[in-house]
Amino acid sequence: MLSIKNLHASIEGTPILKGINLEIKPGEVHAIMGPNGSGKSTLASVLAGREEYEVTEGEVTFNGKDLLDLNPEDRAREGVFLAFQYPVEIPGVSTTNFLRTAVNQVREYRGQEQLDAVKFLSLMKEKMKLVEIDQKLMSRALNEGFSGGEKKRNEIFQMAMLEPTLSILDETDSGLDIDALRIVSNGVNQLKSPDNATIVVTHYQRLLDYIVPDFVHVLYKGRIVKSGSKELALDLEEKGYDWIKEDVDGASV
Amino acid sequence: MSKDNQILEEFTSKEYEHGWSVDFEADEAPAGLNEEIIHWISAKKEEPKWLLEWRLKAFRTWQSMVEPEWANVHYPKVDFQSLIYYSAPKQKSKPKSLDEVDPELLQIYERLGISLNEQKKLQGIAVDAVLDSVSVGTTFKDTLSKLGIIFCSFSEAVKDHPELVKKYLGSVVPMTDNYYAALNSAVFSDGSFCYIPKGVRCPMELSTYFRINAANTGQFERTLIVAEDESYVSYLEGCTAPQRDENQLHAAVVEIYAAKDAEVKYSTVQNWFPGDKDGKGGIYNFVTKRGICAGDNSKISWTQVETGSAVTWKYPSCILKGDNSVGEFYSVAVTNNYQQADTGTKMIHIGKNTKSRIVSKGISAGKSQNSYRGQVQVMKRAQNARNFSQCDSLLMGDRCGAHTFPYIDIQNPSAKVEHEATTSKIGEDQIFYCNQRGIDTEDAVALIVNGYAKEVLNQLPMEFAVEAQKLLALTLEGSVG
Repeated sequence: MLSIKNLHASIEGTPILKGINLEIKPGEVHAIMGPNGSGKSTLASVLAGREEYEVTEGEVTFNGKDLLDLNPEDRAREGVFLAFQYPVEIPGVSTTNFLRTAVNQVREYRGQEQLDAVKFLSLMKEKMKLVEIDQKLMSRALNEGFSGGEKKRNEIFQMAMLEPTLSILDETDSGLDIDALRIVSNGVNQLKSPDNATIVVTHYQRLLDYIVPDFVHVLYKGRIVKSGSKELALDLEEKGYDWIKEDVDGASV
Repeated sequence: MSKDNQILEEFTSKEYEHGWSVDFEADEAPAGLNEEIIHWISAKKEEPKWLLEWRLKAFRTWQSMVEPEWANVHYPKVDFQSLIYYSAPKQKSKPKSLDEVDPELLQIYERLGISLNEQKKLQGIAVDAVLDSVSVGTTFKDTLSKLGIIFCSFSEAVKDHPELVKKYLGSVVPMTDNYYAALNSAVFSDGSFCYIPKGVRCPMELSTYFRINAANTGQFERTLIVAEDESYVSYLEGCTAPQRDENQLHAAVVEIYAAKDAEVKYSTVQNWFPGDKDGKGGIYNFVTKRGICAGDNSKISWTQVETGSAVTWKYPSCILKGDNSVGEFYSVAVTNNYQQADTGTKMIHIGKNTKSRIVSKGISAGKSQNSYRGQVQVMKRAQNARNFSQCDSLLMGDRCGAHTFPYIDIQNPSAKVEHEATTSKIGEDQIFYCNQRGIDTEDAVALIVNGYAKEVLNQLPMEFAVEAQKLLALTLEGSVG
């Protein structure tokens, strides 16, 4: 589904990603872990098409298409979803109105019929249950005055509405208390299918207790320095990142 | 240059949708402005002597006045002697009803999406269509007259209801009020007149649609709305003009009189030609709009969506004379490319317990300049006056300007006046967020801008709110890369 080959990216001339290689197949859950500043969020942003990052080398194919060649909205329409670490607020635009615009533009691109108000609302009702999101939030301005937990739930709710094939969760666990973490993870797990894949970007192992990964990759200094099964995450939890840093830094001397 | 600027750098301008013009034979006054021309206009309109005298007095006053320069707008001086002050489409004979109006003229309005055919017309809106200097027709006159409502062109009102016109003309905006009001008083050609009798709630929206067609012509319309005790009317004004290289002058006067317990809601969707993307051409919109809440418990509410014009100079105001009267001003002003707008309101509190509310939302893009100028004045007698002002500015890019000039003058210590102002930039983060959900950039900007302006758009009558939303999106199309 997603194939990343030798990906290099920089921001304002500073290289951040220095040769990422990653293969993701349908049905898989990959966790990307790593210390602060290792490039985890950059990888998420580059895949979503954020313009301030410049891809200097490498290629990314997504379902046979050159992902890097597509603008951000077309990547979204092709099925790439990014759950933001810091979802933005859009004053005066209700979540309902925002999502209806999004869902219909995505459907148009995919050659599906537009949803009228009635069909849209019933779809919303159905998906709202997944993340136990309050109906009242839907008529409020998008993310405006939402608590941290509400914002993250809203991200997963949007993911449910847009039915992506590749979901990238960027530090979705940050700022969540344990209940919210459980609700959000539940939502993500229910959306899992043999046809879609998930990338979970996280600093802590905690989230992976709920969203169990098939593979864990450790990102350090812009490269994937270690890959393994879910046990790798437990090792990291126990020992921290220092032993990996030492391994890498020691080897490169 | 930051990435943000780079994105905004890619400015293009959407072609103005109503930029076409139609050739037809016109009855025009010779160019220039002098007493002879005023005699000519007055004779053309077969006006009574008192009105001619009134015009001449205004003209003499105007001659002694100087063009105001305090507004934050810059433009080459208007050569008043090169303008044509009267231009009317030639019609074989005077149409007695809409059926007799030249179909070619009706087609102009059809093309603008304004049907003057009552059967086809959206239910619930009566339209007076003003083309250049004359009204070409008014719909639903008969329906309205059954309720005693007078809705007709200003010229007809002068003929059919001279006593009303004489009583109220210049009573809210005196001919000596300002430079452009004096000019309008001297040469005004047509406009709408509306009278709602005591206790009548006007059952439909009344609307005037102004269109400038002729070249080198100024449009000077005059609108007068009188709402008697306990009456209600909602009034809408729309305007467009062809795309021309030279600047055209539009200097209108609108007067509203609200008696005891009366309510008048006046909405404007202004879409005059704004000039091209290099700042060439466009309408100079120098307008005086004022309402007086003369009776106790009366209310006047102005809502404006300003998207067009090269230069806008406009301050719809309320004189709150009656006790417990209420004045409101809701405004969205959008400027793009080289447009300049200096707009706002005046709320003059005279009566006791008077209240006013000002919500101004400025949106600047391109190299435009957008100023809010507002005055809140509380007179000595105005016990317990209240004002709330909210002035927000939204900037798109870093080559435009947003300015706020609030003036507050309080002469009664019991007054409570609040002023809030914010300035924000349309965020690249917001746009990316929308993009990531599959929404393209144009639609993202439209969504964000409409959200920002929502409080004002909500004040518009339903049909026009939708129209206004589209217009906002269209005006800003291409303003973010």
